[in-house]
Amino acid sequence: MTADHRMQYLDSVRTFISVLVYPIQYVVSVPTSATNWLGDNLQSRESLLEENESLVSKNRFLAVQMQKYVSLEIENMRLRQLLDASKRLTDRVLTAELLAVDLDPFSHKVLINKGLRHNTYRGQPILDSEGVYGQIVQVLPITSSVMLLTDPGHSLPVQVNRSGLRTIAQGTGSTSKLRLLHIPNNGDIKEGDLIVTSGLGGVFPSGYPVAKVTLFKPVSGQAFATVEAEPLAKLDKSREVLLVWKEQEDTPEVKETRSSATKVTNEKGAN
Amino acid sequence: MADIKKHGGKAILATFVFAMFLMVLPLPEWLRAFRPEFVTVVLIYWCLALPSRVNIGMAWLAGLFVDVLTGTLMGQHALAMSVVAFVTVKLHKQIRVYPLWQQALSVFTMVALGQLLVVWIKGIVGESPQSWLYWAPSITSAVIWPWVFVLMRNVRRRYKVS
Repeated sequence: MTADHRMQYLDSVRTFISVLVYPIQYVVSVPTSATNWLGDNLQSRESLLEENESLVSKNRFLAVQMQKYVSLEIENMRLRQLLDASKRLTDRVLTAELLAVDLDPFSHKVLINKGLRHNTYRGQPILDSEGVYGQIVQVLPITSSVMLLTDPGHSLPVQVNRSGLRTIAQGTGSTSKLRLLHIPNNGDIKEGDLIVTSGLGGVFPSGYPVAKVTLFKPVSGQAFATVEAEPLAKLDKSREVLLVWKEQEDTPEVKETRSSATKVTNEKGAN
Repeated sequence: MADIKKHGGKAILATFVFAMFLMVLPLPEWLRAFRPEFVTVVLIYWCLALPSRVNIGMAWLAGLFVDVLTGTLMGQHALAMSVVAFVTVKLHKQIRVYPLWQQALSVFTMVALGQLLVVWIKGIVGESPQSWLYWAPSITSAVIWPWVFVLMRNVRRRYKVS
């Protein structure tokens, strides 16, 4: 157990056994995926048309926003160049599906159907369409297990979008609550504020939405206020999540060693 | 004698695989904490019925599989289940002659012992559960014991596992 916890000696054993138990996990998740498939295929024409219409209008709206975003991004890059700051590049993403498998009930973990084959890595950020979902804690050949950001053992460096106040969002074990730590009683934060990733931990890219503040209660006599937030990601409803590969400017040495690795990634991604 | 000595290994394996299915079967959120420790219960049955065939080694292997299946630290279930198997094999002559409800009490104690070891390891690693519901599987395992026992006895007789 120490060998597994402190070092990665047992990864190969775990990998081997995980391939053996994959059939069990697969069969267990079949009923759920079959129901989903049936639900998708037995929709009426009207509801599909309706959905299509709403998606088209949403797409139009997003495209308009995107135009603005592109010009802003170019402007941002130019300003960053003027400041001589490192460039921010766009992130590469891949969709993964959750396997309907229950893991340990007291830790918030889920299994996704992308693993080593798709170049996932330990600590990889996972998002859903609304916000940050969690990060990969275990990479197996066919699957990976993801720790949700509400796991009691998960902490995420974040900042308040409005004021830039930095803090840490800690999981509480409830899927609808995060605790924001070390905010002074007079901190510039109020209920309804958007919390985004600050990117300081080096694991998550910065600027992704995380949560909305639901409670800000200054506690007199204490150094810090009680602040709670509700995650934006639909932690108990999402069926599909996004894997994110951070692509940042590296120092030259790192870049050299990595360029060969990215070539392999790109080839695999193209297939 | 030699040919009936080892019989029905596949049946034993099948019951373990089925128990592992039940360990990861998706349940509604409120029910998840009450999921009995199916694999441990099946293990206890085989340790009672055939202590010469299913014992600590098998328990350790099954525990490793459960660890990988549920994404816990490698070895925590393996250790817990080995200890449970050890105690069961030690006491199997006594427990075998108990009436079912008394066996259920023993199962409660054994599963709780396994859970105690797991919670101890979890505490050391720093992910100790934050609710008393953690112990619910001990109770539900004991509650389902009579049915498991009858079912497994039928399996054992049907496939002449010996």
